[in-house]
Amino acid sequence: KCPSHHESVINTKWEFSPPARTHVNYEVKEDVAVIRMNDPTSKVNTLSVQMQNEMIEVFNEVLANDAVQSAVLISSKPGCFIAGADINMIQACNTSEEVTKLSQEGQKMFARIEKSPKPIVAAINGPCLGGGLEFAIACQYRVATKSKKTVLGTPEVMLGLLPGAGGTQRLPKMVGIPGAFDMMLTGRNIRADKAKKMGLVHQLVDPLGPGLKSPEERTIEYLEEVAIQCAKGIVNKKISLTKEKGMMQKVQDYVMGIEFVRQQIYKTVTAKVMKMSKGLYPAPLKIIESVKAGLEQGPDSGYLAEAQNFGKLAMTSESNALIGLYHGQVACKKNRFGVPERPVKNLAILGAGLMGAGIAQVTVDKGIHTVLKDTTVEGLSRGQQQVYKGLNDKTKKKTITSFERDFTLASLTGQLDYSGFEKADMVIEAVFEDLNIKHRVIKEVEAVIPPHCIFATNTSALPIKDIAAASIRPEKVIGMHYFSPVDKMQLLEIITTDKTSKDTTASAVAVGLKQGKVIIVVGDGPGFYTTRCLAPMLAEAVRLLQEGVDPKKLDALTTGFGFPVGAATLADEVGIDVAAHVAEDLGKAFGSRFGGGNVEVLKTMVEKGFKGRKSGKGCYVYTPGLKSKDVNPDIEDVLEKYKLTPNPSSDSDVQYRLVSRFVNEAVMCLQEGILNGPVEGDIGAVFGLGFPPCLGGPFRFVDTFGANKLVEKMKRYEEVYGNHFTPCQLLLDHAKDSSKRFHK
Amino acid sequence: MRQSLWRGFCVTSRLFSNHRVYGCSLQPVGQNYWITALPTLLIWTTLFVLTDKMASMLMNSLRCCPPVNPAWAVQYATRSLSTSVQLHAQVQTKSKKTLAKPGVKNIVLVEGVRTPFLLSGTTYADLMPHDLARAALQGLLHKTSLPKDAVDYIIYGTVIQEVKTSNVAREASLGAGFSDKIPSHTVTMACISSNVAMTTGVGLITAGQCDTIVAGGVEFMSDVPIRHSRKMRKTMLALNRAKTLGQRLSLIGSIRMAHLTPELPAVAEFSTAETMGHSADRLAAAFGVTRLEQDEFALRSHTLAKQAQDAGLLSDVISFKVPGRDTVAKDNGIRPSSMEQLAKLKPAFIKPHGTVTAANSSFLTDGASAVLIMSEEKALAMGYKPKAYLRDFVFVSQDPKDQLLLGPAYGTPKVLARAGLTMDDIDVFEFHEAFAGQIMANLKALDSDWFAQTYMGRKAKVGAPAMEKFNLWGGSLSLGHPFGATGCRLVTTVAHRLLKEGGQYGLVAACAAGGQGHAMVIEAYPQ
Repeated sequence: KCPSHHESVINTKWEFSPPARTHVNYEVKEDVAVIRMNDPTSKVNTLSVQMQNEMIEVFNEVLANDAVQSAVLISSKPGCFIAGADINMIQACNTSEEVTKLSQEGQKMFARIEKSPKPIVAAINGPCLGGGLEFAIACQYRVATKSKKTVLGTPEVMLGLLPGAGGTQRLPKMVGIPGAFDMMLTGRNIRADKAKKMGLVHQLVDPLGPGLKSPEERTIEYLEEVAIQCAKGIVNKKISLTKEKGMMQKVQDYVMGIEFVRQQIYKTVTAKVMKMSKGLYPAPLKIIESVKAGLEQGPDSGYLAEAQNFGKLAMTSESNALIGLYHGQVACKKNRFGVPERPVKNLAILGAGLMGAGIAQVTVDKGIHTVLKDTTVEGLSRGQQQVYKGLNDKTKKKTITSFERDFTLASLTGQLDYSGFEKADMVIEAVFEDLNIKHRVIKEVEAVIPPHCIFATNTSALPIKDIAAASIRPEKVIGMHYFSPVDKMQLLEIITTDKTSKDTTASAVAVGLKQGKVIIVVGDGPGFYTTRCLAPMLAEAVRLLQEGVDPKKLDALTTGFGFPVGAATLADEVGIDVAAHVAEDLGKAFGSRFGGGNVEVLKTMVEKGFKGRKSGKGCYVYTPGLKSKDVNPDIEDVLEKYKLTPNPSSDSDVQYRLVSRFVNEAVMCLQEGILNGPVEGDIGAVFGLGFPPCLGGPFRFVDTFGANKLVEKMKRYEEVYGNHFTPCQLLLDHAKDSSKRFHK
Repeated sequence: MRQSLWRGFCVTSRLFSNHRVYGCSLQPVGQNYWITALPTLLIWTTLFVLTDKMASMLMNSLRCCPPVNPAWAVQYATRSLSTSVQLHAQVQTKSKKTLAKPGVKNIVLVEGVRTPFLLSGTTYADLMPHDLARAALQGLLHKTSLPKDAVDYIIYGTVIQEVKTSNVAREASLGAGFSDKIPSHTVTMACISSNVAMTTGVGLITAGQCDTIVAGGVEFMSDVPIRHSRKMRKTMLALNRAKTLGQRLSLIGSIRMAHLTPELPAVAEFSTAETMGHSADRLAAAFGVTRLEQDEFALRSHTLAKQAQDAGLLSDVISFKVPGRDTVAKDNGIRPSSMEQLAKLKPAFIKPHGTVTAANSSFLTDGASAVLIMSEEKALAMGYKPKAYLRDFVFVSQDPKDQLLLGPAYGTPKVLARAGLTMDDIDVFEFHEAFAGQIMANLKALDSDWFAQTYMGRKAKVGAPAMEKFNLWGGSLSLGHPFGATGCRLVTTVAHRLLKEGGQYGLVAACAAGGQGHAMVIEAYPQ
């Protein structure tokens, strides 16, 4: 019985097969193990628990396999290596200790990769970010494709985190201390050719065109072939892993070896971070701390500091806010209205001003034929020049070639008449903000466009239904509120009336997404969402000026709270005339809630020609070519005329007076159904108006700060300044019941 | 200051080193060709799985008759490269007896000549482009005894233009002694420039405007226009217009050392900024062409060219007394080597993993060609015996980035369809060999149903040409490739091969910068 029993054991051993792996697999080609990653549940690979577990399993098998001398790590997804760690994994943790442990597990896994006796070559095509990059730099060798999709980077800082799987320790050694700080503190993406120059990758592979397979498929295959060659080369010593250092490198290493120099670098970098972040963001400081610990006290302290700091950061409200924004942004890059019936192939833009030309610029390079129409030759050529300049700047930065610039511009037609509008799928008007003019335009356009054509209006405050009143087909009318400068500002606010058809909305969102925008879709009303939130804050800013607060002080207080631009500067950028116009319109629509500052202040400034930056004077005086600006001395007379006696107000009170009015109005928009939800409210405020990203938007701010505390402050201000501080009902509800939260 | 001068020097010297990159750095072969050709054959037999029958035949032929007919031996060797191994050329029935169309004039190639094609920087180094073109034209006159006023029009193709003779056709024809009453113009379409010259002539005859055309092409890479920098040119032009001494002095004062850095003629594609060799390497990779395949093809080209040269088959080559130098009578770039030596070379463009090397690329060449094209009736009336009919032709163009060199793959099926022929109808193939990798990629594309369906909108592939019909007298890789002159060489070679081999239809195909291509069907003239 014994032998047979023995036999059966052997049999079961032979028949036993481990549960099929779904994310990581490998194949041995000659003596090279090709490890392929592919998350079947997603378009991108992330270092999820499953991915990590299967990776460790495969890695162990590869190490144990005597037929294997080296390995290649590659993704089976044509467009993505590893996009990063799985954020949900971090968010599932409740304490910083748990996160620290996550980090330490990652560190341990990559330490094993780094020390692997069998060289591992990372073959990178597509994004290699965050944890993906940390994985790649733990490998012995890196080969990357020159594809435009291939980018390397450590974007953790943008989520309020740090590279927590050895990144802060390995990067300084690989690309030098300044280079590593630059990567980790900015989180910017690095293209393959730059990465090669920095020493982040060893070898580049060109993307291939059509052959006997699709270009994408063959390119990955080719990358694998080259990576296998490299792996073999390392094993048979044809490729050396210790690179001969150039003279510059030796000098740099020598300089960095001096402790004093390093201390100076830490000091300079910290000072720069403090200046940029106003101390509102803890992550950059923790990154510096972790790098410093590793370099000054050795790897053990370094890795420990990295893991502990990672744990601490994951529990901060800032990180929570930034991750919330990341999720929000992903959500706002989807079209929840479905696929439009007809894709927009021909787009016409009316008005070649700053906005019109800006819209043309972000459209023309997306394969959409764009018509830019103006009424005068001068206006048109200014707009065409703006588009040309935008593209030419990219040529100078070498992100596109001069040929690509010319090719792109071939899709732009500048004209003064309506010829060709019979082919337009969508018209976006960006003419002067005057209802009569808009009515005239809509009638002119509707006479020439085909029945399916959508009419979108780019207005910042005029209610869309008022504009649509002149239309013979209001279901095709929609608002598309772009932000200036259009090529830089990510947000697009789309406004639908109750008559706008779903397909019209779907089409507008599709165009916006093509233009690369983050989109919120809001209901119609004076000021929609964004302008409506901004107006009360600006009214309060005017009041503060009337109370004698210096514009520079006002700016310092707002930026100190986390706004990227101070309130006075913002008014100048928007244009004092526009601000006056909007304040008056919205004041009429909403009454005393939009009071506080006196509109006459703005009006008087406009009369005197102080229209803001565009006129050279506003709250400040702008001298061309000069970066610094002085307070406009002539506004003192204006402010003197409308002077209010200040109630004693602390700096913090000044900040909360501004912010609470913004937040209250935002909550009110949700209460009135202008907003679809708090996510879009946060995204709109942050990406369109510069609401402090570290607070995550007005709704996240209420959740974090506490609705009751905010209401308490507002009630105090209400007593002193009046009813524009009256909290809205929804805010009161949240104050009453602390379990009510905007974000789960 | 010193630094920028140095930089200028470096750039200039880099330009010249480019010539060397293209040039084969391989050892020339000794007088006795068979010493090297025998090992070559043996290598092929070991590298390829030959059918038993073939191998034994080959061995027999080597054993039985030591001085084998070279053409035969190479035909066996070349078969190993072809996808379909055919031992005996089968008697085929053609889809069409002739391509003559009712109501359409027959256009004939009366004669074709070329100067020897030389590596640039060698014997032609001190000439100018029109000198080479002149030599070709005079050779044509000599060979045909054509009266100097019997031509209606002269057209030349060229790529890199010498600014002094920008209409090189005119300068060369005047210098060659043609009547000054014959108009002439120059055309350019990269490596298919002389093809355009010929087809322009065909067009003029078909349209009834002309009866007798001289077409040709010339390229002279020993000297290329190197310009001053844009800033310097701007200053110099402004100096021309300056009126006062003060203005002149201030302009001269504005010149900086950096302005003296010269501007080189671009070796890169303008639209993509990619050099052709780089693109060829990517193309080879896209089609999975190995280094071995490329080196084998390069060796084949040199071996066949050497054979053709030795056998006196390259009868289009005229001898040319170069002023101040010797008489040149032979191409000087033909260097059959060994696979071992070819394998030693490092990749020239994509480093370190590329497959295109100096030896499996065509080299920078000086040379000129000329053909006499006539309407059949005129040729017969003048007492000529035409060599071939020029039949259907097409020009194609594709994406200059990823399909830069796929002209033959696109042109071949198109021209066959136009002529109503199949691949089997063609007896003689002459494809322009820019790079061995490019040729192999085109052959693979022609042999792929997937490629035909996905990129050409065809139902199925036309198939790859049989290697025993393909570039049997060498090609651009070995004979050389003077950009503007290659087209006429291809057409003349097809005509000569049809005469020699006795086939009926020939096919010319070529790729060109800009992602363009050309293909033409040539029909043997009944002898």
